[in-house]
Amino acid sequence: MSYHPNEVSRRATVARVLLGVGFIALTSAFFRAQVMRNKEYLAQAEQNRFREVPLAAPRGIILDRNGRIIAENLPGYAVSLLSPSADSLRTAMRRLSNIIPITDDQVEAAVRRWRKNPTRPAVILPDAPFDVVAVLEERRVENPSLIIQSTPKRYYPDGPAVASFVGYTGEITERELADTNYSDYKPGQQIGKGGLERSYEAQLRGKEGVRYVEVDARGRVVRDAGARAEEEPQAASRLTTNIDMDLQLFVMSLLGDSLRAGVVAIEPTSGAVLALHSAPTFDPNRFVGGIPADYWKELNTDPRRPLYNKVIQGRYPPASTWKLATSAMAMEAGLVQLDDHMPQPCTGGYRYGRYFRCWNHKGHGDISLRQAIEQSCDVFFYQVGLKLGLSRMVAGGLKLKMRERSGVDLPNETQPQFPPDAQNYFNERYGTRGWVPGSVALNLSIGQGENAQTLINMARFYTALATDGKAAKPEIVTRNPERVQIMNLTEPQMLGLRLAMAGVVSSRGTANSARIEGITVAGKTGTAQNPPNPDHAWFMGFAPAEQPKIVVGVFVEFGEHGYVAARIATKVMEHYLKAVTKPLVTTE
Amino acid sequence: MTKRIPDVPLVLIALALSVFGISMVYSAGQTDTMTFVAGLWKTQSVWFVIAVCAAFAASTASVRFLDWFTPYAYVITILMLLLTLAIGSGAGTAASSKSWLVIGGVRIGQPAELAKITVTFMLARVLANRREPPESLLELWHPALVVGVPWVLIMLQPDLGTGIVFIGIFFAMLFWSGVNWRLLLLIASPAISLVLAFSTRLWGAWFLLLLGLVWLYRPYLLEGIALVCINVVTGVVAPILWEKLAPYQQKRLLVFLDPSIDAKASGYHVIQSQVAIGSGGWFGKGFTLGTQKRLNFVPEQETDFIFAVVGEELGFIGVTLALTLFLALFMRAIRISSRANDPFASLIAFGLLASWLVHVIENVGMTLNLMPITGIPLPFFSYGGSFMLASWLSVGVLMRISREGRGRGDLAAI
Repeated sequence: MSYHPNEVSRRATVARVLLGVGFIALTSAFFRAQVMRNKEYLAQAEQNRFREVPLAAPRGIILDRNGRIIAENLPGYAVSLLSPSADSLRTAMRRLSNIIPITDDQVEAAVRRWRKNPTRPAVILPDAPFDVVAVLEERRVENPSLIIQSTPKRYYPDGPAVASFVGYTGEITERELADTNYSDYKPGQQIGKGGLERSYEAQLRGKEGVRYVEVDARGRVVRDAGARAEEEPQAASRLTTNIDMDLQLFVMSLLGDSLRAGVVAIEPTSGAVLALHSAPTFDPNRFVGGIPADYWKELNTDPRRPLYNKVIQGRYPPASTWKLATSAMAMEAGLVQLDDHMPQPCTGGYRYGRYFRCWNHKGHGDISLRQAIEQSCDVFFYQVGLKLGLSRMVAGGLKLKMRERSGVDLPNETQPQFPPDAQNYFNERYGTRGWVPGSVALNLSIGQGENAQTLINMARFYTALATDGKAAKPEIVTRNPERVQIMNLTEPQMLGLRLAMAGVVSSRGTANSARIEGITVAGKTGTAQNPPNPDHAWFMGFAPAEQPKIVVGVFVEFGEHGYVAARIATKVMEHYLKAVTKPLVTTE
Repeated sequence: MTKRIPDVPLVLIALALSVFGISMVYSAGQTDTMTFVAGLWKTQSVWFVIAVCAAFAASTASVRFLDWFTPYAYVITILMLLLTLAIGSGAGTAASSKSWLVIGGVRIGQPAELAKITVTFMLARVLANRREPPESLLELWHPALVVGVPWVLIMLQPDLGTGIVFIGIFFAMLFWSGVNWRLLLLIASPAISLVLAFSTRLWGAWFLLLLGLVWLYRPYLLEGIALVCINVVTGVVAPILWEKLAPYQQKRLLVFLDPSIDAKASGYHVIQSQVAIGSGGWFGKGFTLGTQKRLNFVPEQETDFIFAVVGEELGFIGVTLALTLFLALFMRAIRISSRANDPFASLIAFGLLASWLVHVIENVGMTLNLMPITGIPLPFFSYGGSFMLASWLSVGVLMRISREGRGRGDLAAI
């Protein structure tokens, strides 16, 4: 090599300069990463080591009007696993299955939850029994990624009695997660399903808290509490309803398990729903946190259809309970008044094209509207229907909101069936020559034909009859009453109608067997033809007739005759009115 | 003439680096879930003591003795590399390679570490024996053979990291022996072609520059033609062949070149290393307190990625301190090299410096994703006995060269 000192020192200088440049380049790279991009990397490091563990907020308690508990929370336990991959979650669960029962379905459900949100602990047992929790707590050290949390569990003390309106809670489904209404929900959270739990989800939900645990690179929990300040869950405020649990329980005991029936009781001046029950019923407590497959199958294959709500979902021809609607329309139109008679007395039937029967083959003779209501004379109402004409009947029904949902604050209310107009609807259905307006009017006048109502919507109509013609929207949860004038009758006319209805529940009327000692009940029976099966029984009414405090609607599937429903209804009224008046007596 | 007193600054710098390094090995063991790593700092300390003793022992060997001993050492090294290929085994990240010499189930050491030193010596000997530096490619056959044989044996293990170190040593020592920079560029040209091959335009520009260089430097005609042809092959043909390979074949080739890379895992590791360093900020999270390290997000934190621990726990200040210590070590080595009293010693000093330098740049660069992951350790820092020993043996040799070199005793200078 050339080893002249000058050359060597020249090369040394070159080497020193290159080293210096390399040093500066390397330190600048570190300066960029550590000083300039520090925040970004720091955030990433924090994200690496902290995992959010949600702390479920207790759902709001639901109370009846007297403060009695309808829905509350019991301490429960949820078990979750923190896991870096779906495979390790499966492995961990398989390992756990040696000490606690875990099915393959539970494993797959947990993997689905994990996929939805991998950084959140995947819930493996949403509602773990205490003995399972005890076993897991013992083995906690071997499974550091296991997170056992006390999670409030929904409980309905009067379970089957409140099933018809309270709904239940369960884990949010994937379909619900996709719904924009639930955009701020996360997989694994509990959500109201059906009934009040769903209608008032926003109020009942509360605010989920969060706890942070520190994990290592393998997703094992290294530090549990105090890793980072936690946010406490905020419980939701309580929800007070109009339901009178005493009455509700009485209703359930009346219906028992053998009847297929719906009962609704409403305060006519406010629309407050006092009781709402559909029989046979089920136990919503068994629905909480996932419906057991066998119970679900049992309910769905039961021919009595316990899951089908006979108050807000069932839709039936209103039958003779509709005659009050016909009467109100005719009186409002000034065509017939309570003491007026029809041209043809009832001889057990009426000829219009074909022969239209009255339910009483012997006939009712020459009677007034008042008597026709008392005895539910079909022939009388056929003639009222003809006087009104189809157009006025359809328009009248629409004015009485017979094509609208009652608006009760429950999900899944069925819309009633009623013609939207008197011409096109029938033309489309039967063809322009396929129907005769008169025949249709005849059928409609006695609550048959193209008319199917829900019990709750009929009850709303009867709140108008019980008051000054204003229908109150049924409300389960206390709010400002919403009342709409649907009838424009004078005060004496309204009173007259009520007295005529009181006649129904008297020795003269169709519901004389349902009379109650000391209370004047007003109402109307109905028997909906249901060939080839037994007829359905209706009763719509209120009490006391002079100043109604409660409207009760009862519908009994295959109940054969209206008085069956009437007997139930008057007992409900009696129970409510006596319970309400009793405290007044003691204070006196 | 020999001075009695050793090169104090050199020893102090090396001591400082070693103490710094062992502290980091200690910190690397301080994880939330303690593993065997927690106790490694003790082993490393023992190795450190042995290594310092070995360095002082080595410094008693005169340069003339080294000169005499070099050919034997070189031959022994080649034999050991062959033996390793036959009966070697892998370890750690490179479990599938054969880099460890194992006899009777006991891991004796990595002959490649020894080879770094003996090849430096042998190359120094070959280059120092020439009156003039090599001026043509043909004249380079001897130095190229000295490095090439062990290089091929190491690449067969395979150990890309050490292979890169050899290339670094080769170029650095050619430079120090006075080889013209244009010739160095010509030698490096095929590799540069390969790197630039991803862009036709860049490669084209480089090829024109190369033609200019060939014309300027005027190598022998055959050499010139061969050089241009090799460049065409590496720049044009190689990428085409590469494209024709199925992705799994490409991956196999890459993994063959360096078994420690597993594309998915190593990408994750580098990201975690960057996060660790970046989250350190100016002053770091505090000694032993790095969260990325404590929770095992940093991979190989006691060996290959130990510098990520420095960055996370001691911040930019700590990184700068470590790099400054290395810079001081290199500057000292240049000084020793330029004051050595004969070419052989001077070349040895520069070769040892080059070996360290490649290690530092590659290892530190890797932690920030500036360099590919090759599994090269960081001198004086990474846990590992034979590497600590090899680094200190280099220090010992430098001490001797410094003592025999020109200039006053350093203690006197202070």
